[in-house]
Amino acid sequence: MLITQYLFTIGKYLLLMKRTFSRPERMRMFFKQYVRELYALGVDSIGIVLLISFFIGAVICIQIKLNIQSAWMPLWVSGYTTREIMLLEFSSSIMCLILSGKVGSNIASELGTMRTSQQIDALEIMGVNSASYLILPKVLGLITMIPLLVVFSTFSGIIGAYATAYIGGILTPADLTAGLQHDFTPWFFWMGIIKSIFFAFIISSVSSFYGYTVEGGSVEVGKASTNAVVASSMLILFSDLFLTNLLS
Amino acid sequence: MIEIKQLHKSFGTKQVLKDINAVFSSGTTNLIIGQSGSGKTVLMKCLVGLFNPTSGEVFYDERGLTTMTRQQQSALRREMGMIFQSAALFDSLSVLENVMFPLDMFSNESVARRKQRARFCLDRVNLGDAENKFPGELSGGMQKRVAIARAIAMNPKYLFCDEPNSGLDPKTSLVIDQLISEITKEFNTTTIINTHDMNSVMSIGQHILYIHEGRNHWEGSMHDVVKANNPALHDFVFASQLLKKAKQGILMDQHE
Ligand SMILES: Nc1ncnc2c1ncn2[C@@H]1O[C@H](COP(=O)(O)OP(=O)(O)OP(=O)(O)O)[C@@H](O)[C@H]1O
Ligand SMILES: [Mg+2]
Repeated sequence: MLITQYLFTIGKYLLLMKRTFSRPERMRMFFKQYVRELYALGVDSIGIVLLISFFIGAVICIQIKLNIQSAWMPLWVSGYTTREIMLLEFSSSIMCLILSGKVGSNIASELGTMRTSQQIDALEIMGVNSASYLILPKVLGLITMIPLLVVFSTFSGIIGAYATAYIGGILTPADLTAGLQHDFTPWFFWMGIIKSIFFAFIISSVSSFYGYTVEGGSVEVGKASTNAVVASSMLILFSDLFLTNLLS
Repeated sequence: MIEIKQLHKSFGTKQVLKDINAVFSSGTTNLIIGQSGSGKTVLMKCLVGLFNPTSGEVFYDERGLTTMTRQQQSALRREMGMIFQSAALFDSLSVLENVMFPLDMFSNESVARRKQRARFCLDRVNLGDAENKFPGELSGGMQKRVAIARAIAMNPKYLFCDEPNSGLDPKTSLVIDQLISEITKEFNTTTIINTHDMNSVMSIGQHILYIHEGRNHWEGSMHDVVKANNPALHDFVFASQLLKKAKQGILMDQHE
């Protein structure tokens, strides 16, 4: 039965989260892991975020200017639309969707390998709460870093838009600046941050669940990392729908 | 002392362990032997609580394992050391950090004292010069020795070794066997070793439990093995021609 299987999986996930969110046995060990995850999940993702956002910012600007804008629209429309698309959707949701591929598969395969090579068993035998020791720093680490990545992404997108103005000569920098400054709603920025925090939780906890519960060998680790990416992408898309509705 | 009472374990409809009973006393090296797939690893995982037995109970000095709370189980596990069939070192940590890990997690001593203890354990297994290497850079035998050092770092009362010398050459196996049996005497640990290596059986087997078709088929010491009148055990232990000859030699020696 598909339904009972889903319910069973959700139950297992919730039980794992219950074990994960317990007080770490040793704060100093927790902080060591936490800092490691800040680097592994956050700092290491800055490059890809900057790169993708730069190009998307540029492309949105070009698309609006060349394909959407017509004579009766004000000149600031391209800059304004670029800013709103980056803030409202790209820098939070789409960026997290992309990160779920990079970070999610990274988490799932790391934990999966630790499971199949019995490193998780070794932790348990020592009397360590392996879920809390391994998963909690990942979840908190990604949640800490994601607002930073959102900000980087937005800025990189705007720089991309300026590149089309200065280098491509698609529109004048003055029009672009006017558009970027037109009718700014700070709430849109916070909405992106709030959404991204939810998505960061989804990516890190769901991928950890798939990795941590691997049974078998390297084939299963591969499957788990695929499942982690698929499941967290799906969940991001669904919750994006709800969150956007709720926060708008 | 560890006591197993009427332990059963099945996976679905497959019965792996059927009514295992045994007592392992402290300060002795206890061996669990049996064919590949006979359930040795499953038995060990039931002992340490990685698997829940289908029925039956395991007592650690009168403390029942299955009726414990999670906290009690964590506390008990701090008295255990285990060496896995695959060594299971943390591959993101160096050798020294691996051995220090249980100390970092549970001991309140200063960093210097913890380092000192970890180095002592590494010296004990003759790996004093490898402390900055990573597990990926070590040979299989070295990894096993690091695993031993990590397992003894907390001075465990109970030591579990799942095939400590599988995949090692006879000489290294001997070193590891001797090491484990010395540690057992030195710290009065209750040591349980899974093995199908006959060299181990004949050199350190103070108490041997032979598992056959999921039951404890035979129990005794290494001196009893040669004399035992048990066909299944005989077929298993003296499988090769070399060992059959050796058995005749031992029996002749004992006659004289
Ligand atoms: N998680 C599991 N689920 C289902 N069956 C299992 C599981 N673990 C082990 N078994 C089965 O239990 C039996 C005993 O396996 P076990 O690993 O204990 O053998 P072993 O005696 O340790 O063998 P070896 O000497 O090769 O390590 C095998 O038939 C195996 O298929
Ligand atoms: Mg085994």
